[in-house]
Amino acid sequence: MPANTAITPSTLSQRDLPWQIDWDIQTCTLCGRCTAVCPVNAIEFGTFRKRTLFTPPLGLSDNRSQGLQHKPSSSSSVYYGIRQRTDPAYACIGCAMCNMVCPNNAIRPVKSESTDLLRFHRDRGGQPRTRGGRRNSGDSVLDQIKFMRISMLTDPALDAGRHEFELRTLIGRVLPPAEALKTQREKGWMPPVREIYPLMIGSMSFGALSPNMWEGLQMGVAYLNEELGMPVRMCTGEGGCPPRLLRSRFMKYVILQIASGYFGWDEIVHAIPHMKEDPCAVEIKYGQGAKPGDGGLLQWHKVNQLIAAIRGVPPGVSLPSPPTHQTKYSIEEAVAKMIQSMSMAWGFRVPVYPKISASSTSLAVLNNLTRNPYAAGLAIDGEDGGTGAAYNVSMNHMGHPIASNLRDCYLNLVKLGKQNELPIIAGGGTGKNGNLAANAAALIMLGASAVQIGKYVMQAASGCLGSEGDRCNICNIGRCPKGITSQDPRLYRRLDPEQVAERVVDMYVGFDTELKKIVAPLGRSTSLPIGMSDALGIADRSAAERLQIKYVV
Amino acid sequence: MCRLFSLTSSVPISPMRAIEALDVMKEGHDGSGIGLFLTDLAGPFQDSKHLPILSGIFTQSGVLRMEEFMSSQGFTPQYRLTLAPQDTPPPGTPKREVYLSQVFEPPSAWNGLAQEEREVLLTKTRLALRHMGQAEEDMVVFSFWPDVLMIKEVGDPMEIGRYLGLDREEVYAGRILAQGRQNTNYGINLYACHPFFIQGVSTMTNGENTAFVPIKEYLGSQGVPGYEGYQSDSEVFTHILHFTLKGLGLSLEAYKHVITPLQDDDMNAHPDRDVLYTMKQACRRLIIDGPNCVIGCLPDKTMFMVQDRKKLRPGIVGGRPGLFAFSSEACGLDAAIPERDKTKDFQPMHLDTAIVSPDCQEVRICRQTQPLPHLH
Ligand code: SF4
Ligand code: SF4
Repeated sequence: MPANTAITPSTLSQRDLPWQIDWDIQTCTLCGRCTAVCPVNAIEFGTFRKRTLFTPPLGLSDNRSQGLQHKPSSSSSVYYGIRQRTDPAYACIGCAMCNMVCPNNAIRPVKSESTDLLRFHRDRGGQPRTRGGRRNSGDSVLDQIKFMRISMLTDPALDAGRHEFELRTLIGRVLPPAEALKTQREKGWMPPVREIYPLMIGSMSFGALSPNMWEGLQMGVAYLNEELGMPVRMCTGEGGCPPRLLRSRFMKYVILQIASGYFGWDEIVHAIPHMKEDPCAVEIKYGQGAKPGDGGLLQWHKVNQLIAAIRGVPPGVSLPSPPTHQTKYSIEEAVAKMIQSMSMAWGFRVPVYPKISASSTSLAVLNNLTRNPYAAGLAIDGEDGGTGAAYNVSMNHMGHPIASNLRDCYLNLVKLGKQNELPIIAGGGTGKNGNLAANAAALIMLGASAVQIGKYVMQAASGCLGSEGDRCNICNIGRCPKGITSQDPRLYRRLDPEQVAERVVDMYVGFDTELKKIVAPLGRSTSLPIGMSDALGIADRSAAERLQIKYVV
Repeated sequence: MCRLFSLTSSVPISPMRAIEALDVMKEGHDGSGIGLFLTDLAGPFQDSKHLPILSGIFTQSGVLRMEEFMSSQGFTPQYRLTLAPQDTPPPGTPKREVYLSQVFEPPSAWNGLAQEEREVLLTKTRLALRHMGQAEEDMVVFSFWPDVLMIKEVGDPMEIGRYLGLDREEVYAGRILAQGRQNTNYGINLYACHPFFIQGVSTMTNGENTAFVPIKEYLGSQGVPGYEGYQSDSEVFTHILHFTLKGLGLSLEAYKHVITPLQDDDMNAHPDRDVLYTMKQACRRLIIDGPNCVIGCLPDKTMFMVQDRKKLRPGIVGGRPGLFAFSSEACGLDAAIPERDKTKDFQPMHLDTAIVSPDCQEVRICRQTQPLPHLH
């Protein structure tokens, strides 16, 4: 290499990248599958030149002098192999798709142990990094919480496998008992309430997910409801809903989201007269965990014909939602008016609730809602909430963790005597380290009426490769190697909706067993242990104090 | 697990009869305490049935403070029964100064008040005394209500019964709830001892209410005077019953639907499903998650037993017209009413409420799948 070759400030060595490709020449068959599958073109075929030195052997056979008669020689050969690119635009994302398709396990990404210098160069053209999915921090207070009020002596624990359980929750405003009975007697207006399974699939929009992923999730949900009697609900996220689903009987398993961009709502409004069933609920999105105070962002890569049609926009343009509902003047006004008009649209038969990011204003919003007779709940998304596209800095550094935010809100309701009258749906980081049932149970005992998950479903139901270690996370650019968050048929055809549905069902049934294994020893079986904080302990004194649970070591 | 025993009789009987039954069931409790609720009183209390009786344990100075407070509120003391045993208390029982039951004539200003207002004022008076006593540790107040006596003490029930001389006629009653305490989860505290009482409603429980904290938080936040204390997880059963009867205007039959609502299939088949569904949703915070057997007495002297949905606690009802007993164990029932027809004994299951009305003639079983009595 000449001494004056073009080394720029952004020229990185393989060593500087967070993910490095380990390729084994011995086992590689040069089939080319890895380069074909790599979603970011991080690897390419390389032609390598190799010099081989040949020295004749000494003292062989009878001719003792042969070795000395011939000089050693060298020859050059050419071989083909895999080269990892170090250009920041093509840095390996560690997805390991190359490994998955390699017939010989000849290639794999390895996480670098040294500093990731790439992060200093990810703002090419002055554009800070956007990505999907992960907060890049494995910490979770939820994982540290233990369940410890276990009945064993005077009150034997229940048999999780054989006892009857009724672990359901309510979404919708629940009137205080005396008022409910009076309303019932006088045949007044009773706010709509739905009895559902406490683990909901949170909002992931049709635009963000591929059609196959969406279909798979919907099929799984339908199966859980109709075959297994588990009233699981799924939220659409912003961007509307496929017209056929809107007009189908499966609508009752769906929570429609309306967000500040109002994408897709034309379609929904037009479908209302033809709906066979009311949706389970309507969620008004004000904020989300991954980019609090920010709107939505569907980048142009993913806006193909279908998505454009459903959203009512031209294809191929980025679709940012504004951070607030721009037709309203203030948050209180916006919340009140939106709830009112959405309720009205369905004749006050559908619960309508807002979703906000966990933040310092959660309490204020909650207090407003307690005085709004049409508000059906509040969804709070903690800082770990995933999304299709957010700026790296928002994901990693903004927002409020869910545990204390939820706890503050619940205890505030307790003070008002309105706990569970206004259900709190908590989300953000549930199951991020795989402990779904434990995390969900902890949130419920801290005061959540229901728990919503997004990332976990993607990981469990469709094998999303993303992790808290900045693996993959390219959901935003439409090149999802698994076909989960891509609108490119060549990619999403990799995903079989039937198999996704099967995994959704497996995941829920597994979760159900684990949830029972947690609540049964605590002696709970006939009602969801919402606010059962006496069962919780944590070995961190300040966390215990903050959450008002027991400090145990 | 605590042992429970209650009697409902058309003629006044001695509370010792209930204590003897507890003694038979002694294997099940460690003799760490006794609680008694007596109503439909005979003897001297009968003459002032409509006047509230203050029951509690006082020090001498506590009595003085109580008297001062009561007279400042305009109450006039009437008949007083004090138990001030001279001999040394049984092992484990502290030496107290005065076990007091005192009748008071409410201030004349109360005369024009509606019944409900009077009831709230009585409750508030009791709470004021309780708080004063908790601050100075000179009084423990169990009840302040017409025709109700409550006695609680730490120690072996039988020994305490003898020590306090509970066979005296002054404390004969037509309705008796008695609990032999088995100390389990919480420290011994007189306020933690069953039965619990609020405004004519009294219940006692064996088992453990695992939904205690959320229910306590809910009741405590409803702004109802008296929904406080909660030294025991079982106290909420009394308050839920009170809430059902007085807060919601429902009958005893509805209590079971509040604490253990029907599940979907039964609910759908029920003639009152709409009301029950509304109740299940609105009262969801009051669902007990047991396992518990609850025995209680209503203001109209109806006595009952219910089980939680799991039905993991024993409980049996039996007797003869004029005398019925509710017991956590069959042997207690055998000891107290040996002459009854045992084939008519009844052990309530997860859908049942066993009820003996004030006329004390029969055990009526109300099953949750039956229609509710007409709601007013
Ligand atoms: S790990 Fe993924 S991004 Fe990296 S080279 Fe392999 S396929 Fe490409
Ligand atoms: S596999 Fe797809 S959905 Fe998962 S992180 Fe990668 S791009 Fe996103």
